[in-house]
Order: sequence, then C-alpha cells, then structure tokens
Amino acid sequence: MIQGSAHRYGANIDTDRIIPARHCTTADAAELAKHALEDLDPDFVGRVQPGDVIIAEENFGCGSSREVAPVTLKGAGVSCIIAKDFARIFFRNAINMGFPVFECPEIVDVSETGDVIIVDLDAWTIENKTRGRKCKPAAYPDEILAIFQAGGLLNRIQAARTQPTA
Amino acid sequence: MGMTITEKIFASRAGKKTVKTGEIVIAELDLTFAHELSGILSLEIFDERGFDSVKNQEKMVLLSDHLTPAKDIKSAEMTKKLREFARKMKVEKYHEVGRGGICHILIPDKGYVRPGDLVIGGDSHTTTYGALGAVACGVGSTDLVAAWVTGELWFKVPEQMKFVYMGELTEHVCGKDLILETIRRAGVDGCRYRTAEFAGPVIESLPMNDRFTMCNMAAEMGAKNGIIAVDKTTESYLAGRVKEKYPRIESDPDAQYAEVVEIDVTDLEPVVAAPYLPSKVSPARGFKDVEVQQVVIGSCTNGRAADLRIAADLMRGKSVHENVRCIVLPGSQDVVREIIADSTFDTLVAAGCAVSTPTCGPCIGGHMGVLAAGEKCLSTTNRNFRGRMGAPESEVYLGSPAVAAATAITGRITDPRDLD
Ligand code: SF4
Repeated sequence: MIQGSAHRYGANIDTDRIIPARHCTTADAAELAKHALEDLDPDFVGRVQPGDVIIAEENFGCGSSREVAPVTLKGAGVSCIIAKDFARIFFRNAINMGFPVFECPEIVDVSETGDVIIVDLDAWTIENKTRGRKCKPAAYPDEILAIFQAGGLLNRIQAARTQPTA
Repeated sequence: MGMTITEKIFASRAGKKTVKTGEIVIAELDLTFAHELSGILSLEIFDERGFDSVKNQEKMVLLSDHLTPAKDIKSAEMTKKLREFARKMKVEKYHEVGRGGICHILIPDKGYVRPGDLVIGGDSHTTTYGALGAVACGVGSTDLVAAWVTGELWFKVPEQMKFVYMGELTEHVCGKDLILETIRRAGVDGCRYRTAEFAGPVIESLPMNDRFTMCNMAAEMGAKNGIIAVDKTTESYLAGRVKEKYPRIESDPDAQYAEVVEIDVTDLEPVVAAPYLPSKVSPARGFKDVEVQQVVIGSCTNGRAADLRIAADLMRGKSVHENVRCIVLPGSQDVVREIIADSTFDTLVAAGCAVSTPTCGPCIGGHMGVLAAGEKCLSTTNRNFRGRMGAPESEVYLGSPAVAAATAITGRITDPRDLD
C-alpha cells in the first residue's frame, strides 16, 4: 500500500527538468535528490515528504536515457509516479529498478497538488481520497509484472541464476 | 503476414520465426555501449550486486564523451572508474581521449555496427545506428548491467511507423530540416514506443551524414528505434569499416504499419525549432529578428565531416559576427583528421570559430560553452529543453549546419539562402 500527497505537473516533463545534467556527476541518490525537479519546481525539494506521489500528464520522463532521473525522484522520497503515459526509457528504467510507475489518465485528470493518493498494489487500484475517485491503472504485461514484483530486473536475473537446475 | 526490418531483426535475435507488436521477447545483443554518464551508475550497480565478470567483452564499447576531457574533479573520477573497469574487463573497444569522440559518431565510423545487428546503448540517441539498417535502442543503467552479464535483454516489440519522403529537396535543405519537419508533424511523443522507419526516394538520395542525423533525432519523437534500409550508399560507407558479411534486410511489401506518414519535401525550407521543444518547428526566416550570442556546430547530430564542410563552405572568406561565439565540435578524432586534411578546419578557424576537441560539452550544458541567463544560442544539436545548455533562462534554437553557419555570420537566426 502506498499513501502520500500529490505533486501535480503538466505534459512532457523531460529528464533535464527532473535532474539537470549539471548535477549528474554522481550516482548517489541522496546527493541527486537535493536537485530533484530543480528547474521545474525549485520548491519541490523543500516540500516533498516521504511517500509523496508525482502526478503528471503525457510523456513523463522524455529526453535522455539517464537512469538517475528515477533514482533522483525515489531518492527524494517519492513513492510512485502516476501519469497519463510515460516516455519509453523512463518507464523501462523505473520498472528495472522496481520503482512503481502507473498509467492512469482518469486519476491524473481529477488530481491537484495536495490531494491524498492511495495505491493498492494487490488490488491494482489508485484512489484519490480527496476527490473520492478510484480507478484501475493500466496493467503491466506479464514479463514486466514479473520484473516489477521481483523488485527489479537484476533481482529477477539473479534469482533465475541461483535457482537449482533440475 | 509480412514483417518490417525491425521486426525481422527482433525475431532473428530472439530465435523466433516471427514476432508480434507488443510481444515481450528476450533477445541476444550484438553490441552494448556506455559512456561515463550512463556508465557510472551501471558500475555502481554492477559492484553492489557482486558481479565480477561480463559475458561478452568483445561486444562492449566503453568511452567517455559527455564531460570529457574531464571538466572537473567529479567528472575526472567518473572517467577514471570507467577506464579502470574497461581495463579490468579487458574491453578492447575502449576509446581514450585523443583516440575517441562522441559515441554516436565514433561507433558507426569504427565499423562496430553491422546491418541486421541488435544494439543497445546507455544513451537515448543510440537510435542513430538505425541508419545502418540495425535496430539500436537507448536504455538505462540497469539494462546495461543486465546486458553485460547475460548478453541479452528484454524488449517489447514496438509498433511500426513509416515516414515516406517524396519530391525534390531544394538548396540548403538537408536531413536536419527533414527530421525537424517530421518531429513538427509527429510531435515529441508521436512515435513513442514505436519504430520510425524512414523510406522513400528522398531518403535513398540522402548521404550518410543526413541519414545518421535523422535516425539520431527519431529519439525526439519518442521512438524506440529509427531505421533505414541498407542500399548502395550504406554499402559504400561500410566498405573498409565492416569486414564480415552482413545481411541486406528489407521490409516486406505487406508488412503492417500502425501509421504511414507521407511527406512531400519540395516546398520544405530551412527550418528552426524554437525553445523549449524540438517540435516547435517553423521556417528559419520567421526568426530573423532573433539575435544570438552563441552558435554551436557539431554534436552527435551534426558533427560529421560532411556537416562541418557545409558550415565551412558558407563561412569561407567571411567572419563570425562580433557579438557571436561560434563553437565547433567535431564528432571524433577521425573527423578532426578529415577536416584538417581538406582545409575545412582552417576555413572555420580563419572565420573566427573556436574549434574544440571532440566532446558533447555544451550540448548538455556540461562545459565548453555553457549559456548564461538570457543568452540565446542557435545549435545543430538535438534538444532545446529548458536549461539544456546552461541557465534555465537561456534559450536554444535548433537548426542545420547551414542555418548555424549563416547565423554565426549575421548574428541573427538566418536562412542560408539570405546570405549575400
Ligand atoms: S552530443 Fe549531445 S545528444 Fe549527442 S550524445 Fe552527446 S550529449 Fe547526447
């Protein structure tokens, strides 16, 4: 179960705005997190609370392939991202590190900054408690679900490797 | 049912006869690459996970290009880690400063990519190599580690989209204008999770540098890969670079496309993308009142010798405007040698350009020409997001090498047809 308050943004939030390249000289999540969304919302870092949820419109995470983008947001305490849809590599990177990203346009449409969001991973539902709206996000294909449930791609690979061969 | 080039390559690498759109396949990789920015997180993950060896070091390329030669202590530490990892893993395709260049220029130029290959790279513009009839996709750092240790990776077979170009290109209109116009029509997510296949008589007439530029910027429409079928132009580029035999794969006539876009290029003029999206494209002439303080010519998009020659031809006997800093970034050490050999280098320097050693540098606001607040830059790079080249209050306009050269001379965004 994920619960947190929403930070709502628009469409095409690119990786340069999530974490500008000038700060990408480290892979340290805590260090990166100090600059999360710096050029988009300079107050974000001061406001964000552990467990908070980012809500955005279309094509979230477009631009570069930098995996430090989801690392930065996770490091800042963000528990999940709900968008109308995601840029391909951002989505892939998030799943590969076991970071929840959901496509759920209905919730995006009704949500405002400050709303209380509850995600139930078992029931696969997202609720905006403030607006009294509950929806199902888009399902992950089986292989992606397996990676996500393993906690990321390398967990899945390493688990497969240590499995005894019959 | 017929298949496209991309589908055929996914099928062959996944060991299957056919693949379907949306299907997830585990496919064998022919090449992987990382630079210092994507590599540094990969190395951390690699160590954290306790891996100590890679599967196919002969299929790995490692190099530093973004903040290289190291711009500060932190980037020096990053490049040092990458260098040490390359040595430890016995990666022969490691390219040091002075023998390297920008990944997307150097890798095809060295013959590391063959038609029919499946390539991943820790960089979104890995799509560039599609110009050689290969499937090449950008990935993140975890994917890279998975690829290093297993030699394979999961892929969702993308929807196929085809852009067909017809008509005649007019003077000073090149691959950069074609792809900017395409991004204008499709939008920055118009090709998201899709293949952008470029075809038609105009593509067949394009030189390799323009084809690389187009596949490079397929990423700006969200494409998973860009691709162009192999033809005589590709073959003559590959001659002397790739020694092995390679297949000549084509899309079947009955292949299925989610969308086919036909573009007549006859009326296309030199264009410019305004801040802050590469899709905000309109004719360069509409920007003639925009004064710029900097012009950047180069990058993985337009840093090949042929691109720099276009700029030099317009600058010959002329000077960079007194209010402009014109920075030229050749794509690789080999490009530097080429432009020295044919006097392109000399022409640019004589005109007042600062010609740099190969680096991504200002393209990501790293070094070698970062913008101050309020400054405007016309650049041949591929992205003009807010803050991309420096201060969030600076502005980047994207254009071709010809538009960049004309702009450097006049100090305002200039259509090359309007130069005296
Ligand atoms: S030149 Fe720019 S776009 Fe190309 S690889 Fe370097 S930073 Fe990326």
